[in-house]
Amino acid sequence: MRELGADQLDDLARGAGILGTGGGGDPYIGKLLAREAIRAHGPVTVLDIDEVPHDATVVPVSGMGAPTVLLEKLPAGTEELTALRALEAVLGRRATHIVPIEVGGVNSMIPIAAAAQAGLPLVDGDAMGRAFPEAQMVLPTLIGVSTTPMALADDKGNTLVVDAVSNRWSEKIARAACVEMGCQVSCADTVLRGDQLRDGLVPATLTLAEDLGRAVRLARAEHSDPVEAARRLLEGVRLLSGKVVDVERRTTGGFARGRARLEGPDGVLELSFQNEHLLAVRDGATVATTPDLICVLDTDTGEPVTTEAMRYGLRVTVIAAPCDPRWTTPAGLALAGPRYFGYDCDHVPLAGVRG
Amino acid sequence: MMRIGIDVGGTNTDAALLGDAGEVLAAVKSPTTADVTSGVAGAITALGAADASAVMIGTTHFVNALVEASRLEPVAAVRLGLPATAALPPMVDWPARLREVVRGHDYLCHGGHEYDGTPISDLDPEELKRVAADIAARGLRSVAVSSVFSPVSGEFELRAAEILAAELGPEVHLSLSHEIGRIGLLARENATIVNAALRPLAERTVGAFEDALKTASIVAPLFLSQNDGTLMDLRQAQRYPVATFASGPTNSMRGAAYLSGLTDCAVVDIGGTTTDVGILVGGFPREATGEAELAGVRTNFRIPDVLSLGIGGGSLIAPDGSAGPRSVGYRLTEEALVFGGSTLTATDLAVAAGYAEIGDPSLVAHLDPRAALARIAERVAETVDRMRTSAAPLPVVAVGGGSILIPDGLPGFDEVHRPGHFAVANAVGAAIAQVGGEVDQVFSGARDAMLDEARDKAVSRAERAGARAGSVRIVEVEEIPLAYLPGGATRVRVKAVGDLDLEKINA
Repeated sequence: MRELGADQLDDLARGAGILGTGGGGDPYIGKLLAREAIRAHGPVTVLDIDEVPHDATVVPVSGMGAPTVLLEKLPAGTEELTALRALEAVLGRRATHIVPIEVGGVNSMIPIAAAAQAGLPLVDGDAMGRAFPEAQMVLPTLIGVSTTPMALADDKGNTLVVDAVSNRWSEKIARAACVEMGCQVSCADTVLRGDQLRDGLVPATLTLAEDLGRAVRLARAEHSDPVEAARRLLEGVRLLSGKVVDVERRTTGGFARGRARLEGPDGVLELSFQNEHLLAVRDGATVATTPDLICVLDTDTGEPVTTEAMRYGLRVTVIAAPCDPRWTTPAGLALAGPRYFGYDCDHVPLAGVRG
Repeated sequence: MMRIGIDVGGTNTDAALLGDAGEVLAAVKSPTTADVTSGVAGAITALGAADASAVMIGTTHFVNALVEASRLEPVAAVRLGLPATAALPPMVDWPARLREVVRGHDYLCHGGHEYDGTPISDLDPEELKRVAADIAARGLRSVAVSSVFSPVSGEFELRAAEILAAELGPEVHLSLSHEIGRIGLLARENATIVNAALRPLAERTVGAFEDALKTASIVAPLFLSQNDGTLMDLRQAQRYPVATFASGPTNSMRGAAYLSGLTDCAVVDIGGTTTDVGILVGGFPREATGEAELAGVRTNFRIPDVLSLGIGGGSLIAPDGSAGPRSVGYRLTEEALVFGGSTLTATDLAVAAGYAEIGDPSLVAHLDPRAALARIAERVAETVDRMRTSAAPLPVVAVGGGSILIPDGLPGFDEVHRPGHFAVANAVGAAIAQVGGEVDQVFSGARDAMLDEARDKAVSRAERAGARAGSVRIVEVEEIPLAYLPGGATRVRVKAVGDLDLEKINA
């Protein structure tokens, strides 16, 4: 058990940006939301998975929508609790704990705000261990846990509770509703019992995000290599340090698909991204793929570079880090492997990294 | 027509006179005076051009006030967006010291739009009248109005301004966010609040410039240059001082391009302490895409994308041969070796290499400057390279007193130009400013129709701002697909510029 206060949010947001693998939305607005909620309600209690009782009702709270919209239409501040209460009404019981569904990006911060507002403890873990674009791409899907009932709430006070036949369907329905509601909603869904957390969550990812953000900050202060500090914590491999020499983007089906080419002294690396970085090909050979983490960091500062911010001339270092091993099972790969995203290749285990 | 361009900097006031064919007829450099007026009047008089048809001034006056947190007016921040946005009130991310100075009071009201232009909630005139009464009761005289998605639809900000103006009277200033910033509410609202806080200072400063023209017996119209290198008239300058914040580097870059005859190039401005690198596209500085922090406040108004490197003519040279970031600055003429001082500076290296004749070259004859100068050229080249957006060859224009450090060009760049009059490139940049119009909106639908609509809008905005019809061209088009959204909603930014039509202005 530990306390999470406002002064830890900068590090946590930076680390969450790194774990966002290029996507997940800029945590800046999320960080302000979490900070204001902590100011109003006090610090949040964070529990390890082992500290949660077996009969607990653990509810992931997150944001869904377009990051650009979040930047312009700031939340009312009521959305998280409204979604949580709508879900509880359908469940017939109260949430006892809050947990992040996605540690990468802005969704590391929304549950902190929710936990502060609800006065509930926050569980140190998440359902992805990174960022993914769709609601069914969570470990609970692999253990047969439904993402529904899924409650959505917008800034105007509208709520919707989705009951769907599969986790894919709940994503489809929720995404369409989210657009109609103004492209920025809070969600409460994928309810886990305390005894399902081991199988349904990647443990201690909030701590990892904070450690990552702190390591990068301290390395910068000591003039040592911030990227190396991040690589060590991620237990990853350095794929390439170099310069972005070409970025190509196009939009299909509401997702920004693109490719970036990096050149460095050690060769050429081509990244394929949608919202997140999904494939890395070095000198013609595929060296890393989703669901493993492909993180792009500014070589000098160690700050995460989002896929939206990729542009010619940036000096970046690409790190590949192993995802949670449950993602590389056949079922995990069917859910979030390269083929799901439309790439004609199989998952390539990270060379020289324990998976 | 003859034009006078003036750059009022913190240290120097530079002025340049351009003739009918755009040639530089005269240029002067004089110290900036505390009262502004006498220094500007002195510079104009020194040019000896009483019959000039227009005067353009660029100044760092307003940004300095923000950095110093002085001469600022407390602001009433009115935001339209309830029930949305309440989680983060206005000025939530300001540094405490500046917030104490600027925050008069803030008001969250109904209004705002969704990304597709439908209202979040309707404007409530009664609510706004109550807000006006409270603003009056508190004695606040400058109001910043921000509405959610106002870059897509300014309707609610305009209606709210009408109601507030009717209640508060003409003595109270109103600043509207859709006229100032871009998508990104907090940053746009911040810029609008900063603008509101500068309004009284802007009126005084513009008055001082007018007095300076009278003192110098000039009857020509006066304009101020904006961050993006386009002009605004005095009424606009009084209303939107925030739009002049970054005109210094912008004018330097545009002047450098003009003097060298290039429209697409990198500009390297090497001063005494720093090297500023920017990129010109179609004759205008490329703008920063992200948010610019000014005095610790995140804003998102139009500001040139400039990368600074701590190397200049006064840079200290370490025993290992590395230059900067520490500099002797204006004390170069006392401390550098060539002036009999005891500090090894970058200028000493340039003199030792025979690049320039400054001070007494015999005092540095014993130095071998080659390795250190090569390292400086490499670092400048690397900074320029970071600013490129494609692998295509990019010509470089070097200006500023410190450009003697790189006479042979830069490694990896074939063309490095050093034009005449480079010492007053900033004043020349002010003199050649044009008139612009911009659109920044979220569109959905067919791409071609969407882009055509945006282009037409930008052109008509430029013409409304005083550009001569027929001279307006599109200089920038940017499309940003909105992630996680079906239906192909795209944020589109288009900028158009044209020549100043003096008849339009004087009409």
